[in-house]
Amino acid sequence: MRFQLSADQRALRAGVRELLERRFGREALRAAVDTPGRLDRELWRALGDAGFFALRQPEADGGVGLGLPETVLAFEEAGRALLPGPLVATHLAAGTVPGAAGGETVVAAVDGELVEWLDAADVVLGDTGGAAPLRSLDPLTPLHRVPAARDGAATAPLADLLTAAEQLGTAVRVGELAVQHARTREQFGQPIGAFQAVKHLCADLLVRTETARVAVYAAAVTADPADIAAARLLADEAAVHGARDCLQVHGGMGFTWEADVHLHLKRAWVRARRGGGSTESEELLAARLVA
Amino acid sequence: MDLSCTPEEEEFRGRLREWLAKVLPTLPAGPSPDDWPGRRAYDLGWQRMLYDAGYADVHWDASPTTRLIFLEETEKAGAPYVGAGFVGLLHAGPTIAAEGTAEQRARWLPPILRGEEVWCQGFSEPGAGSDLAALRTRAWRDGDDYVVSGSKIWTSHAEVADWCELLVRTDPDVPKHQGITWLAMPMDAEGITVRPLRTLAGSAEFAEVFLDEVRVPVGNRVGAENDGWRVTMVTLSFERGTAFVGEVVACRRVLGELACAARENGRWDDPVLRRRLGRLEAEFRALWRLTQWNVSEAEASGGVPGAGGSVFKLRYSQARQELYDTAADVLGPDAFDLDRPWVLDRLSALSYTIAAGTSQIQRNIVAERILGLPKGR
Repeated sequence: MRFQLSADQRALRAGVRELLERRFGREALRAAVDTPGRLDRELWRALGDAGFFALRQPEADGGVGLGLPETVLAFEEAGRALLPGPLVATHLAAGTVPGAAGGETVVAAVDGELVEWLDAADVVLGDTGGAAPLRSLDPLTPLHRVPAARDGAATAPLADLLTAAEQLGTAVRVGELAVQHARTREQFGQPIGAFQAVKHLCADLLVRTETARVAVYAAAVTADPADIAAARLLADEAAVHGARDCLQVHGGMGFTWEADVHLHLKRAWVRARRGGGSTESEELLAARLVA
Repeated sequence: MDLSCTPEEEEFRGRLREWLAKVLPTLPAGPSPDDWPGRRAYDLGWQRMLYDAGYADVHWDASPTTRLIFLEETEKAGAPYVGAGFVGLLHAGPTIAAEGTAEQRARWLPPILRGEEVWCQGFSEPGAGSDLAALRTRAWRDGDDYVVSGSKIWTSHAEVADWCELLVRTDPDVPKHQGITWLAMPMDAEGITVRPLRTLAGSAEFAEVFLDEVRVPVGNRVGAENDGWRVTMVTLSFERGTAFVGEVVACRRVLGELACAARENGRWDDPVLRRRLGRLEAEFRALWRLTQWNVSEAEASGGVPGAGGSVFKLRYSQARQELYDTAADVLGPDAFDLDRPWVLDRLSALSYTIAAGTSQIQRNIVAERILGLPKGR
């Protein structure tokens, strides 16, 4: 058993991280916050060129020919970078919607009563009749509301797994931000990270992240719906709870628009409600217990 | 990333399963929790069976994955717990194997493997629990002996142990992590008084051990004098490595039994309880994956358990308590009947966030050693 990243997987993750740091660094992130609703088409095509949407497409069809574990690593990096856009919907549409795999076509999907990125998308899967825009809580995710009727396709296990991977990335990033701040910010004559109360917030953050990480990676290996449901629950918890703890570690600064923490928390909240939120995952796992 | 085992490992699993299916039905029922001599005999008898079948040294010599398979399969089959052999097999044994002389290995290791001698742990003291290095039990040289005086606490199996892995202070004038020495103390030596300690679960699960000028031969020292802290860290890293594998498997089994019990008594219809059980299933699935991850990492690094053990222990000790709290909701009024299953487990689970380094200490370890946050007071 080698339940560890292979050298190729490490290289892939490092490559995606490098690409995202170059194309979507902090300045680009804040610029995107200042222009809500605008999707960077150039970046989207660059992602397409790098194979982000075609990772699982067979090489014969012009894809990269890799598997779910590699895809999950790429989505973890996207989550870590807080990359905006309907990444999951477009990735899942590769191979069925022309242009999705290459990043020429932006694909969004109706999910329950909400649609992310409806106006910016070229193709929207699901019934968008009666869609009305919301003033979105997340400045990096425009949202529309649609009348009831749940859309079954949106809750596919694969969408759950990729969402979990993005949430894992968020948990990783807010952990880095919290630790960085705790090491450098001084109060009472020492770095706040020397105080046990702060230390324990950071430790709990890491414990939730690492537990979510193994759940997400294992689900990518097995593709078992129950493993995916478990991964979703733990990754949602790690992202949402982690972002809140990160905000707390930042103190008053964490409550400002200038600090990036709120952007991570808001995105984590938006992702956590996808596919019906935690209820379906918990019910699926409960059903497994008595199967 | 790969979750499959090699053909050799699968063959080991198959052989072990076959053996367990053959011998387990022949085992008599275990003794009551308070029958210490009975527990000693039962646990050593099981170890002897493992020895005769060639599985005795799986904790020491097998690859981490093989050890994982052993613990997984024995627990799934409902085999006896390591019990009285715990300290010998999982603490003292690996420590002596790693740090002892050839003579010491020859003296102490075979009886542990054959299920002939029981060890207990003399680490904690009334004034030194999580702050283990603050221990005050003194030992001074007198000819070929150390003379030991002081007291130890929370010592499991002390009443029936043959040996004690004992930490003593041999130099009080140096910083507290220095000046500690690791000794193997015979429990029949003069000057040892064992007093059972009643726990909140009502049973005498462990004991206080009082030491009044107990003579321990210098030849029983493992590692150098005053080097006991480093030797101890070797021991503790074993404890935090694969020590909980069997328990995670057991918790997953209990969770399945809880769901079935809830279906039978109608509480399954409560969506809040059902969803809580579902969340616990996610939790224990992840803890199993974390175990596999840590074992893979240990295998890659040559068998040394890493700091990931603290991450695991923090999460697991909490999850175990939540599991048995949920059991109480499934049981309803029966949750207050000590004769019902899971009620005593709920009580004993309370020790998990305290024993082997409290959760607060584990968080400090994670924060300082993994995250690199500054040490504080």
